[in-house]
Amino acid sequence: MIGAVRERTLTPVSEADLSRMLRIRHFEKALLRLFEQGRLNGTTHTCLGQEHVPVAVSGLLKPHDHVFSNHRGHGHFLARYDEPHALLAEITGREGALCNGVGGSQHIYHERFLSTGVQGESLPVAVGVALKHKRTGDGIACAYIGDGTWGEGSVYEALNMAQVWGAPLLVVVEHNRIAQSTPTTAQMAGTIAGRCAGFGVLHHRVESVDVNVVRSSLEPLLRRIREEKRPAVFEVSVHRAGPHSKGDDTRTATELAEAAAGNWYAHYLRDFPAQVAAAEEIERAFIDAAVENVLARPLSEWS
Amino acid sequence: MRVAEHLNRALHSVLEKDPSVHVLGEDISDPYGGAFKITKGLSDRFGPRVMSTPLSEGGIVGVGAGLALAGDRAIVEIMFGDFATLAFDQLVNFAAKSTTMYGRQVDVPLIVRLPTGGRRGYGPTHSQSLQKHFIGVPGLSVYEMSPFHDAEHLFTEIFGSGRPAVFFEDKVLYTKPMLSGGDGLHTFEMRDGWAVIRTEEDTEDVLLAPGGLTDRALIALRDLLLEDEIACTLLVPARLHPLDVTPVADVLAAAKRVHVAEDGTAGGTWGAEVARLLHARLWGRLTAPITHISAPDSIIPTAAHLEARCTVQAADIRRDIQRAISR
Repeated sequence: MIGAVRERTLTPVSEADLSRMLRIRHFEKALLRLFEQGRLNGTTHTCLGQEHVPVAVSGLLKPHDHVFSNHRGHGHFLARYDEPHALLAEITGREGALCNGVGGSQHIYHERFLSTGVQGESLPVAVGVALKHKRTGDGIACAYIGDGTWGEGSVYEALNMAQVWGAPLLVVVEHNRIAQSTPTTAQMAGTIAGRCAGFGVLHHRVESVDVNVVRSSLEPLLRRIREEKRPAVFEVSVHRAGPHSKGDDTRTATELAEAAAGNWYAHYLRDFPAQVAAAEEIERAFIDAAVENVLARPLSEWS
Repeated sequence: MRVAEHLNRALHSVLEKDPSVHVLGEDISDPYGGAFKITKGLSDRFGPRVMSTPLSEGGIVGVGAGLALAGDRAIVEIMFGDFATLAFDQLVNFAAKSTTMYGRQVDVPLIVRLPTGGRRGYGPTHSQSLQKHFIGVPGLSVYEMSPFHDAEHLFTEIFGSGRPAVFFEDKVLYTKPMLSGGDGLHTFEMRDGWAVIRTEEDTEDVLLAPGGLTDRALIALRDLLLEDEIACTLLVPARLHPLDVTPVADVLAAAKRVHVAEDGTAGGTWGAEVARLLHARLWGRLTAPITHISAPDSIIPTAAHLEARCTVQAADIRRDIQRAISR
């Protein structure tokens, strides 16, 4: 018996998915680097450790679906629209920015993607958009929120309306166990599943970091949303590998090690070292070139 | 026709003419037709475009904004304007900001109707005039219904502007008749969003007031004229903010004294903003500081005799104008 060989836990990953997950990862790492160098204004919230969720979700969305995102939204955007230059230009206030540098990291409106910076605010808006889809075709509204967002009353108003009115709304919960610095155990009573049950809203939770598993778990749920015109909550257990924003992580060394070891990247690196290394080299170089390109542009203009 | 019926007809008309218009609110469906019956007959006639909602003021304003972003137009009724505080985030941080915060003009055709004001004995949380809290929010327009303005025209104007608006409707005004032409003493003239009520051209005294105050302002004007021999012009704008005084610039330019009346409580008010605007414009021409008439800095009590003390009365308007003249 060869004791050194350990079985893979992940299913084989497509080049496209892996590349996109790594592209988002290096985009976020580049932002943190730029902050350290004092070259970014304001703040940002990176999605390190959570990149596989929007990549899994976006693979199932149709072009006419609407996506609503939150403060931690770079991955949501880049998974849906492969436009890192435009997003970086938005965050750095350069020419070619998605919103002329006015919205910045947290306030982006591009085609059918909209993000806002207030927790839970987008959910009722997403219900309104979903109602329009219900009348006009098979489109849906997809809104990403975190576990911390469940402290907001607007979440419950939205879930209630969506269920009562049969709005095709997908709520993706990236449950990373921590709201800024507060552990979810210290700020949430009960469970998200229990709260959904209270409204009669479909709920499914996934523990896996495997992008294929996340996607295939969502598929039947999404079909029901489209066909039965109803809302559903899709909860994915994730690890936030980085800080809330920048350098503001107060977690213990043990907790940080757990987040580092538990997130999708660590698993993929372990199971597919050569594939990850090769793709990572390409994406790192691509993002480095994008950073150089965007930062050399003139400042954005707003009239 | 009473103002309530006029508003009801206006809603029927915008729903009939524009299939993208949706109306949402608590208890607005037939046979109930809304707490003040402004939405009567709408759900019977227009079906799913008129939706009775859960008790979720923030939520339904958000849904209205979502419909607006998706290409529809939405009118949301908040049963009592007091509850607009529950929708403050959706109005200020989402609907209003979305018109500009994405770096380009984004249309948000959304009207939030707010039955407002006291004098009906509903007590501290169902009688307020919260206009001042919505003044100066970038991207948000503030309108108020008057007996002179055509409501359908105002709704159309707001939708056409692409900006969301809060639309205040005084609850006592609902019971009053629409006005046009004149009242025997004064003529009523409409000019670009303003009603001009006067006995003669170029009066020395000019009173500005939102539509909800017109019943009391007209009594004050009549008493001033008949008992004090003071001719005062009343100006009623439909859009309180941003306030464009250009259409009535000539009336203001002829004034020696300007008075502003409003139902909101004292402190940080719409009237103070109007005074700021007019001081800069009329400085050097006025012979007295601008008079400000508002409700006192107080909650609105329920008992009629106490409520009367804490809401603006016709006699208050007349007295304050007399005082300004006799300074």
